[in-house]
Amino acid sequence: MIAFLIKRLMHAVLVMFVISVLAFAIQDNLGDPVQQMVGQSVPESEREAIRERLGLNDSFLVQYVRFAKNAVQGDFGDSYFYREPALEVIARHLPATLELVFAATLIIVIFSVPIGVYSAIKPRSPLSRLFMGASIIGISIPVFLTAILLIQIFSIGITITLFPESTSWGAWLNGLLSTEGNMPSFGRGYNLVHVVGHWDTNLATWNGLQHLVLPAVSLASIMLPLFIRLIRAEMMEVLQSEYVKYARAKGISMRRVYFVHALKNTMLPVITVGGVQIGTMVAYTILTETVFQWPGMGLMFLDAINRADIPLIVTYLMIVGVIFVVTNTIVDLIYGFVNPTVKLTGKPA
Amino acid sequence: MALLEVSHLDVRFALRQGEVRALRDINFTLERGERLGIVGESGAGKSVAAFSLLNLIAKPGYIAGGSIKFEGQTLNTMSERGLRKVRGNRISMIFQDPMMTLNPVLSIGEQMVECLKAHRRISTKEARAISLDKLRQVQIPSPETRLDQYPHELSGGMRQRIIIAIALLLDPDIIIADEPTTALDVTIQAEIMALLLELCEQHNVGLILITHDLGVVSQVTQRMLVMYAGRVIEQGLTREIINDPQHPYTQGLINALPQMATPGEKLNQIRGSMPSLSNLPSGCAFHPRCDFINRADGQPRPACTQQVPEFVESGNCRVACHMVAEMLEDRRLKEETR
Amino acid sequence: MTTPTTTTAPSRWERLRDSYLWYSFKRDRTAQLCFAVFICLVIAAFSAPLLAPTNPYDLAQIDIMSSELPPFWVEGADERFGLGTDAQGRDLLSIILYGTRVSLLIGFGAVILQALLGVTFGLMAGYLGGRVDAFLMRLADIQLSFSTLMVAIVVGAVVKATMGSAFYSQYAVLMLVLIIGLAEWPQYARTVRASVLAEKNKEYVDAARVMGLRSKRIMFRHVLPNTMSPIFVISTVQIANAIISEAALSFLGLGMPETHPSLGSLIKAGFDYIQSGSWWITLIPGAVLIVLVLSINLLGDWLRDVMNPRLYKG
Repeated sequence: MIAFLIKRLMHAVLVMFVISVLAFAIQDNLGDPVQQMVGQSVPESEREAIRERLGLNDSFLVQYVRFAKNAVQGDFGDSYFYREPALEVIARHLPATLELVFAATLIIVIFSVPIGVYSAIKPRSPLSRLFMGASIIGISIPVFLTAILLIQIFSIGITITLFPESTSWGAWLNGLLSTEGNMPSFGRGYNLVHVVGHWDTNLATWNGLQHLVLPAVSLASIMLPLFIRLIRAEMMEVLQSEYVKYARAKGISMRRVYFVHALKNTMLPVITVGGVQIGTMVAYTILTETVFQWPGMGLMFLDAINRADIPLIVTYLMIVGVIFVVTNTIVDLIYGFVNPTVKLTGKPA
Repeated sequence: MALLEVSHLDVRFALRQGEVRALRDINFTLERGERLGIVGESGAGKSVAAFSLLNLIAKPGYIAGGSIKFEGQTLNTMSERGLRKVRGNRISMIFQDPMMTLNPVLSIGEQMVECLKAHRRISTKEARAISLDKLRQVQIPSPETRLDQYPHELSGGMRQRIIIAIALLLDPDIIIADEPTTALDVTIQAEIMALLLELCEQHNVGLILITHDLGVVSQVTQRMLVMYAGRVIEQGLTREIINDPQHPYTQGLINALPQMATPGEKLNQIRGSMPSLSNLPSGCAFHPRCDFINRADGQPRPACTQQVPEFVESGNCRVACHMVAEMLEDRRLKEETR
Repeated sequence: MTTPTTTTAPSRWERLRDSYLWYSFKRDRTAQLCFAVFICLVIAAFSAPLLAPTNPYDLAQIDIMSSELPPFWVEGADERFGLGTDAQGRDLLSIILYGTRVSLLIGFGAVILQALLGVTFGLMAGYLGGRVDAFLMRLADIQLSFSTLMVAIVVGAVVKATMGSAFYSQYAVLMLVLIIGLAEWPQYARTVRASVLAEKNKEYVDAARVMGLRSKRIMFRHVLPNTMSPIFVISTVQIANAIISEAALSFLGLGMPETHPSLGSLIKAGFDYIQSGSWWITLIPGAVLIVLVLSINLLGDWLRDVMNPRLYKG
């Protein structure tokens, strides 16, 4: 266990080092803090003096070490736009994104496992075919389009007049297909409940949950079919295995065969892929938050790009790196607990 | 009434290219405490036979005809629920490859206890006690520690001992062992086989031993079936078949045993290979490989290539071969004329 | 120099593969339909200058007065514009045809670049092994776990910030091909590496080595042809992914400018008007994008079933 943690820690340090070098290189090439500080009107000689004072004329290495030292202490510089420490800006936006990701993950976990297992056990049933068909359509719709479609249907509403409105059945069918569209689709809503620090939650009020639904469904929309298909494929492979046949030959119930013998083995590759997909999830938060104007890190990052707010961009990258390293470690830990052949030393025993 | 009675068993696979008949007209019985061998090359349908006995054939395979009667109950028409009470409880199985048979993510204890709990209403504690007792019976070193270990921590031989222990957990009437030693090191094959034999004798358990190893069959079993391309081609008392094989294929198998070879010369092998079940030769499926296809006058026997041979009784054995049938007929005619 | 057997063997192999492909294609309705849809879209997109009623790049043909007109089946439609117009008064049908062309161009271009990079790196990693392998695969793992879209967004953002918006817009097609191509090479590299490792120990490779052929030659002439079927299968999925990535980048404003839009930038442009009821500006290009991607994905599914290659499980 300790060996595992040390190994993970070294890996984490390596990844963070690479990210920080990249982040610093971006900052070094793009940002001109002097211009940000003093504006256009100051003469060149004075700028040079400021540069010298700030150490901007030092070698790349010296500057990087200074950058890294400050970063470790949580000092990433000030955001150009917000005029406050970049980390502070991120901290304000982080809870919104985490709640969104949490809600989406919940949707994915709740639906992908039962649907994936069902369509593996009964691959030929009409319901499985429906799930598989729906999942390939789901994979083919980009996240932001799902979001737009959801807004059109549930927030703006659609009025269908395909059938003659004068007849009662026509009106009924039209009514059935039309939607009212009163779901909120903008921001986090008004009555958030303050929890602690920067964390105001959407999860405590009805209005907050309503605001969360569409963004969370959008964010889940591409991962859910992906996981359904993955779980189904892995489960079908596991069901062909000798140990599943053997479990049946022992006379234990099918429910136990499916949900203990097969599912536990199915989850191993699914957990691995889940770890890889965390990065994708972060990328999709940028898209989802943009569509719904969800005031999280993703929207903030995109605004920062458009405003060329270099310190904020760099800080965002570093924080995403940290999130990524932490979640991957957690995923590895979970994998180790599920799979007895991994002794958490990092090497299979 | 025999303990297990298989009659006219017919198993097919509904494949996209059409139906493949994996087993045709299999008949045999097994008495309490008796040991039966099923012998054949790979692809002959031995494993399909083993799985079909417990109605465990996976789709697209299905039992197309015949019956499997266990204590008078027909297994092949029984409900899944009823079958579950037989599987692992009255009839248990030992699979070929112990590395693949045990579930890698469940501990040995879990895999033993779940089997006991599926068939008996007992506490986990009692189940563990019984499991431990069975682990002692299979002579596994330090059995106490094994229950909490996982399959990957044990060697192949130890895993097969555990599988034998699981097979004996509920004191079954029959154990079906599908090539139980094939995947093991040669050095421990005999050890495992001796253990299995000893435990079967000790508990008076019927054994169906599926193997390609004639040597093992001759040492362990009382009766045997020889299978070729989904059919039984010779069956009877093991001793008689081994000493005086009738069917050319059985003769070939026995001649191919290493101990039958003369030192310094090539092993006697049967030429050619087993045909695929989806593309069987006409007549006797063995005829393209048979050395006795010609009659005494040097002309090929037309029946061999045209007609599927019926069983003929020869002593205590039943043989499906035109050549043997012809010989018996000749002998009978001679006796009559005398 | 090349012996006749080495040149004819792969082609015969391919012919065999083709015949089975053709056989299962003839039996599969979905595959036929998807192929037809895909081909129609490709042909329509690349003959856009011929098919489109107007030239959306020509400012002279655009009339701001006829902006936000609905498609023909909605009240208030103008018969000149079958699918309506966008916010700048451009004919939606024309601009979708041109936009699909841009999306397809970037999609194909990016996949070609990915394949070139990925196949080369994958062959090197699989064939040379050792440190090269460890380094390349570690790089691929890190890049993949950051997700290709994330990498593309970051690279896009940085390039845009460095070069300036105007420059970025001017070379947007090239930029997107480069960004998406660079972001997704690990998919190919891993797949190719996996099949190279499977092929590497086969006898024909040993034979080629014994004959004294150089590794580069063995890799490209002997090993590569045998890794074609997994490459083929992931290529379909990758084209779909590249088109989606392009659309996502454009939607975030890191892709095609509105003056020279792809499907993604059309959706982005239209999204601003969705609240005012002009749903067609965003949803019709969206529908085209979905149909395009879906048909490619279904074809990919079918190919995977038919060819059943050993794909790298990630």
